[in-house]
Amino acid sequence: MATDHKNTLSRDELWRVELRKAKKNKERTDIPRVRMNELDAAYRSRNNEEVNLGLTGAQARLEASRCLDCPSPSCITGCPVGVQIPAFIKYIETGRFLDAAKTLKETSALPAVCGRVCPQEKQCEAQCIHLKMKKEPVAIGYLERFAADYERESGQMSVPTVASPNGTRIAVIGSGPAGLSFAGDMAKRGYEVTVFEALHEIGGVLKYGIPEFRLPNRIVDVEIDILSRMGVTFVNNCIIGKTLTYEDLRADGFKGIFAAGGAGLPNFMNIPGENLIGVMSSNEYLTRVNLMDAANPESDTPVLTGRRVAVIGGGNTAMDSVRTARRLGAERAIIVYRRSQEEMPARLEEVKHAREEGVEFLTLHNPIEYLGDDKGRVRQMRLQKMALGEPDASGRRRPVVIEGEIETIDVDAVIVSVGVSPNPLIPGTFSGLEVTPRGAVAVDETTLRTALPDVYAGGDIVRGGATVILAMGDGRRAAAAMDAAIKTNV
Amino acid sequence: MVKLEVEAPLIARSRKAGHFVIVKLGEKGERIPLTIAGADTEKGIITLVIQAVGNSSRKICGLNEGDVITDLVGPLGQATHVSKVGTVVCAGGGVGVAPLLPIVEAFHQAGNRVIVVLAARSKELIILEEQMRASSDEVVIMTDDGSYGTKGLVTDGVESILIREKTDLCVTIGPAVMMKFVSALTMKYKIPTVASLNTIMVDGTGMCGACRVTVGGKTRFVCVDGPEFDAHQVDFDEMLMRLGAYNTK
Repeated sequence: MATDHKNTLSRDELWRVELRKAKKNKERTDIPRVRMNELDAAYRSRNNEEVNLGLTGAQARLEASRCLDCPSPSCITGCPVGVQIPAFIKYIETGRFLDAAKTLKETSALPAVCGRVCPQEKQCEAQCIHLKMKKEPVAIGYLERFAADYERESGQMSVPTVASPNGTRIAVIGSGPAGLSFAGDMAKRGYEVTVFEALHEIGGVLKYGIPEFRLPNRIVDVEIDILSRMGVTFVNNCIIGKTLTYEDLRADGFKGIFAAGGAGLPNFMNIPGENLIGVMSSNEYLTRVNLMDAANPESDTPVLTGRRVAVIGGGNTAMDSVRTARRLGAERAIIVYRRSQEEMPARLEEVKHAREEGVEFLTLHNPIEYLGDDKGRVRQMRLQKMALGEPDASGRRRPVVIEGEIETIDVDAVIVSVGVSPNPLIPGTFSGLEVTPRGAVAVDETTLRTALPDVYAGGDIVRGGATVILAMGDGRRAAAAMDAAIKTNV
Repeated sequence: MVKLEVEAPLIARSRKAGHFVIVKLGEKGERIPLTIAGADTEKGIITLVIQAVGNSSRKICGLNEGDVITDLVGPLGQATHVSKVGTVVCAGGGVGVAPLLPIVEAFHQAGNRVIVVLAARSKELIILEEQMRASSDEVVIMTDDGSYGTKGLVTDGVESILIREKTDLCVTIGPAVMMKFVSALTMKYKIPTVASLNTIMVDGTGMCGACRVTVGGKTRFVCVDGPEFDAHQVDFDEMLMRLGAYNTK
């Protein structure tokens, strides 16, 4: 019963007051932070099994007891979707794991996903009171994952309550994290939501991008299934702007459109030899392996593998690519990054896992040319050595060339993971939509409304390359704003 | 070579000459691009013509009437830019002849004088001759073995026209090597030329970059920027090389 459940989120509930009294704060803060159970690095670097194994019930309850249930919890402000963090953690502490999962689902359409791929160390956990006491923060991400996994494995998945249908049709373009989050929130409000996906699979970057060893597809599918049970309709193989136009959607009675088509175009560096065979974008490499299952001999889709694979870049996608290369048999899998490890945008956990799995890090190196054989296959890369100079606009120290210091290394495959640009498909086919000079869809920063009054946009189509949780936060904000606009008829 | 009529009413309605679709057959199938060869909006069908060259195309060619294509998405790419320019030579070879047909029809309808050059190894491999005749002013047939039309290559046929009359535009679709030589020929005669490129793709929507080609010294994506480009600017040698990416020989 959702309404009853909501009332119990207050920290003044008797059970929470008593729970806080049950243990002194000193006792709570003295408990060391839990360590994630993981597969052995040598074993996991040769298969696709999920690296993190999750917490046991006992581990989760102990970790949950570290949380002080603060009067004004700053962790919530660090969460782009505003998960009721102390509430769900306190449910875990008392062993009410299903209630913890329900609490998560009130604000997050994808808790099992967020618990795995969110950069908690930069968001909720970065705000944890423990840090002020020089202690490690509560492992909020691990606990989120625990509650979501527990619920899924219990066979008692709850479907969030939806308002009675209001008959208003809403279209969502793209079934990635922004689109799914938006769809869930609008379905809860009683809208008739249809999600259109260009690819043959629902899930966007959660399917084609993030590898199985970090986010198994079956977990994404369960969360999508919940949305279906909430009444969301999914249409695959349908490109808005091509198969159906903006005008078609309006003629079909859609009163609001949320454009969340993702980032699209992979960036290349425009250096000599970049079009040699074996040089590819991380989008191509990961799509072949994750979406098309190219490493499976039964799949018709091929993928180029190599003994020596270099991945250019220092973000999460670069880590996903290089760890995938290890799993596909690369003897040397190397991250080539032009700054130092300190400036790497990738999550610390990903870098740590990559290192444990035998990935080499060639930092302060920048590719300047690829050299191929007579068949046009990449064989070597020339790397310019770099040093760190003054901080740039991003606040990170700018990499500068060390004149004359050039190194050549042998490679059989190169995966370029230096970011993405907004896909031109939606801006190019929605007349009246405004775009930024970088080609992203321009939106009002608060409402995420575009220049077309019935079209809102969020996720990477607005941000360029960002994270799953920021995209989900956009979905939530756009849903709230669109709902308000429809109700007040503005 | 196999011709498929596929029920796809939304694509049939929205497609234009030059567009392509991505086809995927079966759970473990590969996503491959196929240029649309025609459409019947009333019946809601599109026509695809495909030649069995690899594993995936063989499977598609093996489909029987009533079978289902697991995944089909489109129309993709930029449509052909059709306008009245005067005389247009349309040169097609192999399966490229099929997607050339809607382009021939479109230029003819726009009031151009359209001359079609169809080329194949031998008579049996010449396709769509009648339909081409119905939508053009002249059809020139070239066969490698001389079993039909004139013996010679597609370039011989095109050159005979360029020598004979003032040509304003050439459109070419076919194997990459054929387009390379047609392009080299029309460059010599300074005739603006458009080639429709069929590169390796995965998603077909601008996401992966597998289809990239160099055009005028810049990297372009065939799936979203193309598939048609100024042939004289295309680096065909690089394109031919990249088409061999997955040849194991």
